[in-house]
Amino acid sequence: MLRYSLKRLLSLVISLVVASLIIFAVIEVAPGDPARFMLGINAQPDTVAALRAELGLDVPKTQRYLAWVGGMLSGDFGISYTYRVPVGQMIADRMWVSLPLALMALTLSTVIALPVGLYAANRRGGRGDMAVMGLTQLGIAVPNFWFAIILVVIFAINLRWFSAGGFPGWDAGLLIGLKALTLPAVALALPQAAILSRVMRSALIDILSEDFMRTARAKGLTRQQTLWRHGLRNALIPVLTIMGLQFSFLLAGAIIIEQVFYLPGLGRLVFQSISQRDLIVVESVVMLLVFAVIVVNFAVDLAYAAVDPRLRSRL
Amino acid sequence: MPQRCTTRAFTSVLALIASFGTASAAETDITIGMQLEPPHLDPTSAAAGAIDNVVYSNIFEGLTRFMGDGSVVPGLAKSWDISDDGLRYTFHLRGDVQFHDGTAMDAADVKFSLDRARAEDSTNAQKALFAGIADVAVIDPLTVALTLEAPNGNLLFNLAWGDAVIVAPETIETIKSNPVGTGAFRFVNWVQGDRIDLARNGDYWGTAPALEAATFKFISDPTAAFAAMMSEDIDAFQTFPAPENLPQFDADPRFKLLIGSTEGETILSTNNKMPPFDNKLVRQALAHAIDRQAIIDGAMFGYGTPIGSHFAPHNPAYIDLTGNSAYDPAKAKALLVEAGFADGFTTTLKLPPPSYARRGGEIIAAQLRAVGINAEISNLEWAQWLEQVFRGKDYGLTIVSHTEPMDIGIYARPEYYFQYDNPAFQDLMTRLTATADPDQRRAMLQEAQTIISTDYVNGYLFQLAATSVAKTGVQGMWLNAPTQAIDLTGISWAD
Repeated sequence: MLRYSLKRLLSLVISLVVASLIIFAVIEVAPGDPARFMLGINAQPDTVAALRAELGLDVPKTQRYLAWVGGMLSGDFGISYTYRVPVGQMIADRMWVSLPLALMALTLSTVIALPVGLYAANRRGGRGDMAVMGLTQLGIAVPNFWFAIILVVIFAINLRWFSAGGFPGWDAGLLIGLKALTLPAVALALPQAAILSRVMRSALIDILSEDFMRTARAKGLTRQQTLWRHGLRNALIPVLTIMGLQFSFLLAGAIIIEQVFYLPGLGRLVFQSISQRDLIVVESVVMLLVFAVIVVNFAVDLAYAAVDPRLRSRL
Repeated sequence: MPQRCTTRAFTSVLALIASFGTASAAETDITIGMQLEPPHLDPTSAAAGAIDNVVYSNIFEGLTRFMGDGSVVPGLAKSWDISDDGLRYTFHLRGDVQFHDGTAMDAADVKFSLDRARAEDSTNAQKALFAGIADVAVIDPLTVALTLEAPNGNLLFNLAWGDAVIVAPETIETIKSNPVGTGAFRFVNWVQGDRIDLARNGDYWGTAPALEAATFKFISDPTAAFAAMMSEDIDAFQTFPAPENLPQFDADPRFKLLIGSTEGETILSTNNKMPPFDNKLVRQALAHAIDRQAIIDGAMFGYGTPIGSHFAPHNPAYIDLTGNSAYDPAKAKALLVEAGFADGFTTTLKLPPPSYARRGGEIIAAQLRAVGINAEISNLEWAQWLEQVFRGKDYGLTIVSHTEPMDIGIYARPEYYFQYDNPAFQDLMTRLTATADPDQRRAMLQEAQTIISTDYVNGYLFQLAATSVAKTGVQGMWLNAPTQAIDLTGISWAD
């Protein structure tokens, strides 16, 4: 177990270093001078030069890279070019929206998908299974932003049960904050639930044909009990993998949902920073998201070992 | 008996709550939507118009200011004297003005603000506005004297810009995140990515505004903006980003449209030094080949005013020169033949991101093809456009909107990206800057418009319309946009 964890930890560190090099190189190569962008077409060259000096843009690239990495390791993500506030502070503020949203969406999608997958596997070939397959097919095909807009039209414009978007802040109250994140979470969760329930179903169907399942039934367990006690555990490995990927997607890929519901999350931050040529923010947020994805995958790898005893003893 | 008491008590409590409800349905608060979030709140160190939207005449004020009709009126300076040679302006400041932190506004603050803007290392995006000021002197706490290098008839106009507002040295360090000004509204709170809250300044020197609190909400996605208005989450949206939805708002009795004009001249910029555009006949042919109304209808949903020169139609000095570029494809073809291009020619049409360029560009390319000119379209991002077109001048035609007010002076700069070099015009601009008399200025501006129109420097397409949506009860929002601003001081709710 220890060797396994250490190997995975090493690959985590190497991935992070390579990712940081790639991110820095790609963003530096992109055209567009942040200072000129901030000052507009009519600004005079000496004003632009003054701003470049102020932002530290005329320092050589290797120096900037090392300063950036060194800063990140000590928790200092630099100062945003456009907003002139610490990037770490901005990321922390946005995380308070993106993280709860991702968690809500993940919980919702898991809570829907696991029973649905179980139900479909139970009744495979039957009418229930057909219905589930059809609905999940629809869920996968429908783009989540279109679904989000439909939710807004029905629940915000017509029924007025929710506001059309925006996030009043957790200071306004826990329930109010959760209410503001409900429609976005639903829009994110349902397509993910569709995918997850299919994965669950197919994993279970594979398990159901195994010998040990027949043995368990022969021992006297009911169908339900066999599924819950023996089937689910083994089906979890592919499901965990997908959930790990989904969490990463929900954290970073909610950018379109954040646009539709104008939520002040990480996705919108990256989008705005790219348009404003705020290189520091883009580099730091992308690095953070890469870190989150790699860490989540690392956690999933560890979870495999927890779920699958074969991995534990072999290593 | 107890039951009747409880019922009565209950109803009276309900009535009390209901009365609170209607009172705080707040006809003194407003929530206004904006598409772009300001990067920070210092109007004197960036070009972003979103900053001025939030702070101009709300939080910060200058010596002079713009009104909704574009006129320049006294602001923090209640009056001024101009010396006979036009080189010395003496401003008399109002005596009862305080910054939001309680400190008094005096001549020292004015000197600080202007010196900061024109300093060597200043990051003011409009440094050119202050370039001609040689010296700023404090005569006494309520009098400031500006000495100019040369007479400048534009000075009072320039001082009304958002980049020239008066700031205080005590609060300058944190101005970007906590702006402290002299305006009718105080900065309260900025939830980054979501909104900015302002509240009425109880110690304001001027007429108290009708509003007690205002919130600016940032919604960049056009569909989200539509949803927010329709679900009545916001009360108004300045420069509504989805013009295709405007008829729906117009038909809905809850809302009204506010259509006006801006300072944005949208032009088909022509590279005057690149053949064949160095030939005036070719440029004239371009002008007659374009049907402006078709572009307005096709690309701008019918919102916009055709222009014949580089000047805003709402300006008092405007003259209508659209006749010079009347849509006449036959005449365009004849002119091309006369210029020696009977078989037409090929050129590049480079388009930046905004929809007026991308959509308008397609329409123009089709119209030009009808007279034999083959314009090859390439769509560029702003960074590429700045690099290739603006700096590199590597283009034949492009479409862009110039939104600075009174910017006809760009035609006097031969190295500006359309490379028009006319010494007579440059001389006219120099004389205009030196003239302060309004009648003489108007005559010169009219002459300027006529010169660039008859020289066919660029294809003058249309003036961008200001299209805002508001609930029917909202009154006092500016129709026109003489400068970037959402002036809260004049806004109120109808009873």
